[in-house]
Formats: sequence, structure tokens, C-alpha cells
Amino acid sequence: MKRFWSLIGRSYLVLCTLAAFVALVFILGIITSRGWGVMSWEFLTAMPRKGMTEGGIYPAIAGTAFVSMLTLIFSLPLGVGAAIYLNEYAEDSKGTRLIRLAIRNLSGVPSVVYGLFGVVLFVTLMKLGTNLLSAGLTMGLLTLPWIITASEEALRSVPRAYRDGALALGATRWQAIRTAVLPPAMPGILTGAILGLSRAAGETAPILFTGAAFYLPYVPKSPTDQFMALPYHLYILATQHQSIEKVRPLAYGTALTLVGLVFILNLGAFLIRYRMRRKLEKAR
Amino acid sequence: MRRSERLIEWALAASAYASIFVLAGIFILLLWQGAQAFKEISIFEFVTSARWDPTSPEKAGYGIISMVFSTFLVSLGAMIITIPLGVGVAAYLSEFADYRVRELLKPAIEVLASVPSVVVGFLGVAVIGPWIARTFNIPNGLNALNGSILLSVMCLPTVVSLSEDAFRAVPQEYRQGSLALGANSWETLIGVTLPGAAPGILAAVMLSLGRAIGETMTVLMACGNAPAFPTDFLAAVRTMTATIAIELGEVPQGTTHFYALFAVGFALFILSFAVNLVADYVLHRYQGRRR
Repeated sequence: MKRFWSLIGRSYLVLCTLAAFVALVFILGIITSRGWGVMSWEFLTAMPRKGMTEGGIYPAIAGTAFVSMLTLIFSLPLGVGAAIYLNEYAEDSKGTRLIRLAIRNLSGVPSVVYGLFGVVLFVTLMKLGTNLLSAGLTMGLLTLPWIITASEEALRSVPRAYRDGALALGATRWQAIRTAVLPPAMPGILTGAILGLSRAAGETAPILFTGAAFYLPYVPKSPTDQFMALPYHLYILATQHQSIEKVRPLAYGTALTLVGLVFILNLGAFLIRYRMRRKLEKAR
Repeated sequence: MRRSERLIEWALAASAYASIFVLAGIFILLLWQGAQAFKEISIFEFVTSARWDPTSPEKAGYGIISMVFSTFLVSLGAMIITIPLGVGVAAYLSEFADYRVRELLKPAIEVLASVPSVVVGFLGVAVIGPWIARTFNIPNGLNALNGSILLSVMCLPTVVSLSEDAFRAVPQEYRQGSLALGANSWETLIGVTLPGAAPGILAAVMLSLGRAIGETMTVLMACGNAPAFPTDFLAAVRTMTATIAIELGEVPQGTTHFYALFAVGFALFILSFAVNLVADYVLHRYQGRRR
């Protein structure tokens, strides 16, 4: 009897694991197999034509790249600065505990709430308009907690001796951080930045009202332009287009492009982390 | 030299304290905008009425009960699928799988977390929806069940990864003690490891519940968006997030309807904040006890 239940139990666990794995293969398989058909160089580099029923998704790719870049420009300096302060300067005080609590809670704030915040702060109060700038700022705030957490982890993995060595040579605190702590932490920070980039590329809700456009047959030229974005484009093709069934193949193509983009970024982050770990192991 | 050092430290501290300002800023702006809705609608109606119909020509309705209930229904469905599945995967990976299988499967499941929510929603529209419609013989499969299935996929990596950590944090001596008393590995898992990991698993579940409540694009695309009180999982529902996403783009700024959407956003913010706070509390209490 004991054996019987053990067998049932363990089979259940294996089944769970298999189910999760099958779900993953199913998702990636469907997107790849159905998206592959429309995938071509032209699809990636052409403008949409005939009310988005033909042509490519170039402006959406460019828009996603621009808005993700802006996101990083806003969130990376602030995030890395915060991480340096928390890891190198701050003591365990009420203030720092409050900061950490805020960071944890920020990462749980729903993305659509960031969208609402962005509309009021950047579009209405600061009068920036609905454009790349507002969307990038909104998404910058959204990615801030991820960047801080990743950078802090990178800084924490730098051995104490590096700091002590620099300080012993007469460096000031900031000099020690700049010359001895930041360089070895850089790959980790970069990993966090790439992961932030990949998440920003896939977010839709925060750009919905802060600057993403339904259809623009050109690539934005300045931060004050509206833009198309891959996730928003997919949303339009999947639910808002007047002939939904007709554009279904294009939607699969867009989905595959988006997933591919996110995966390439994740793979890059993974490789950097992998090489960094090996390097650290060698150094020890 | 000294002065520039001070300046740098000051700037770094400012960027750290910025997080508090952002969080407080979100709270204050949502409260301020949302509060303006209550010049014209009664708070009592807002929190007790199930009729959300701001564009009604006779009398606009601003009750959030049906969308709050829809949010919980979809999230609850997701949890019903995710918890047994995710904890099962975590238990397998931490207790039974050998090293190589684990090193392969863990990142594979985490890949699920990187699939953008709009892509998951699209699969709900294009694949899961038609499947639900065929299976239950209903005209269209965009409903709460669809949303729950998709959310469960999105919540799975969080639950697996954090529950696995929780399993791992149970000291090896506990398992050895149980095995030494003659229990087999399954009994050890159920009798010793699982109870030991329970607080961590609970925190994982709360965290992913918070994500599910706040998830926007997936539920917007897959749930059918009927602004009515849901009767069962096969009913089309419209969550708080979906309502904001659908209507904010269409209403003119400065109207009661516009402000009412911020009031919904504020309610959503408070709701997910509370859930996350509980997760945080459980996690920290549990870590504190361990030390």
C-alpha cells in the first residue's frame, strides 16, 4: 500500500513536469510553425500596406527598438545609481529598509497602472504629449525595480577584497567603486539591462495610452513622434482589425518576430552570465 | 576631492530614494485623479454597485463590483490550475529529478516567463478560444476559462521557481531524519518537506496571484470583455485591468468617466499592493524564523 501511493505520487509529479514542458513546446511550436510562413526579409523590412493586410512590420520593429532604448536610457543610470548606493554606501537603516520595500512593491504594481501614471504625469502634467518620450519614461519607471535588483546582485557578487584592496591603496570610496567594483560587476549589470530591454520590448499596457499608434507608415524620427510597436501591432491584428481572419497569418508572423526578439535578448543575457560565471570560477 | 565624493554619494542616494518617490507618486496621482470622480458619483455606488455603464444615455453607472469579481474569478481559476501543477513541478525538480534534468528543465520553464503577455493573449484568441468553443459547444471561447488557462501558464514559472527555492531551503537533516525512521521518499515529501516549505510556497502563490490580478493584455484579449456580473467560468468577463485598457483610450480627459477609470486604477493598485504585502510578510517572517 505504501509503495502504491508512493508510485502514484511520484507519477503525478512527473506528469506535472511533463505537462509544463509540453505547454512550453506547444506555445513555441505553434508560433514558430504558423509564423514561419510569412517570415521573410521583406516582412521584416517593409512598411505595412493596404490597411495592414499586406506588407511588413518594419515600423513596428523600429518603434519597439526605439522605445526600449529610451526605456533603458531612463532606467539604467537611475537604477544602477540606486543599486550602488544600496550595496556600497547604505547602512541598514529605516531609510534603506523603506527603499527596499518600495522597490519590491514597485515591481508588483500592475503595468496598466504605470500606464495611468504615465498619462497623468508625462502626458498631462508635464505636457510631453503622447509619443516615444512619454512611453519611454513610463516604461523606464516600470523597469526600474528590475534594473535595481539585477545591478545589486551583480555588485554583491564582487568580492569584498576588491574594495579593501583599492581602499588600502589610498583610493576614495567612489574611486574604489569606479575602478575596482564596477568593472567586474559590469557583465552582471549588462545582463540585467538586456533582460530589462527584453521585457520592455514585450510590454503593451504602459504604451497603450502614452504614445503607441495604431498605424503609422513611417519610422519615428524624433522622441516627440508617435510610434508603432510590435506588441501593440500584434494586439491590433489579433483583436481590433476589421478583417481579423485575413490578417491572422501576419499576426503569427508578428508574434514570431516578437518572441524571437525577446529570446535573442534573453539568450544574450544568458551567455554573458555564463561566461561571467566561468571567469569568476577561474579567478578563484 | 572631498566635495565631489560627497556630491556623488548624494546623487546615488537620491537615485535610491527615487523609488520611494515613484511609489508615493503613483499612489498620490491615482488618488488625486480618482478622487475627482467622486464629485459626481457616490463612493457608495462605486464600491457596491455591479453596473458599470458610463456611456449609458439614461443614467451612467459606475459600480466596480462586477469587474472586481471578474478579476478574482479569472485569477482564482488560474490559481486552481497553477498551484497543484507548479508545486508538483517544483517538488519533482527539487526532490526527484537528477542534476542534469533539473539544469535543463528549470531554465526551460523559466522561458515561459519571457513570452510577452500579448503573445499569450494572442494564442488565447487564435488557439485556446476556438478549442474551448468546440469543447463546450459554445459560439465563442473568449471567456473567464480562457483567461484562467492563459494566466496559469504565465504564473507557472513564478510558482515553480519560488516553490523550488522553498523546497531547497528545507534542511537536508529533516529529510534524512524522516528516511531514517523508515519513511519512503514520497512520505518524506508529504510529511516533512512539503510542510517545511509551505510558507515559501504560500509566498510564491501570493506573488503570482498579484501578477494575475494585475495582468492586462492577456485578460483583455482572451476574456470576451462583457461588462456584466460573471455567472460561471464560461461567461465572458471584463476585469479591472481590461476595463481601464479598453476605455481610457476612448474617453475625453477631464470627464467623470475619465476620472472614474483612475478610481478603478487606484482600487487595482491597492488590491495588488495588499496581495504583494502579504506575500512579502509571509516570506520575511518565514526567513526570520529560519535564522
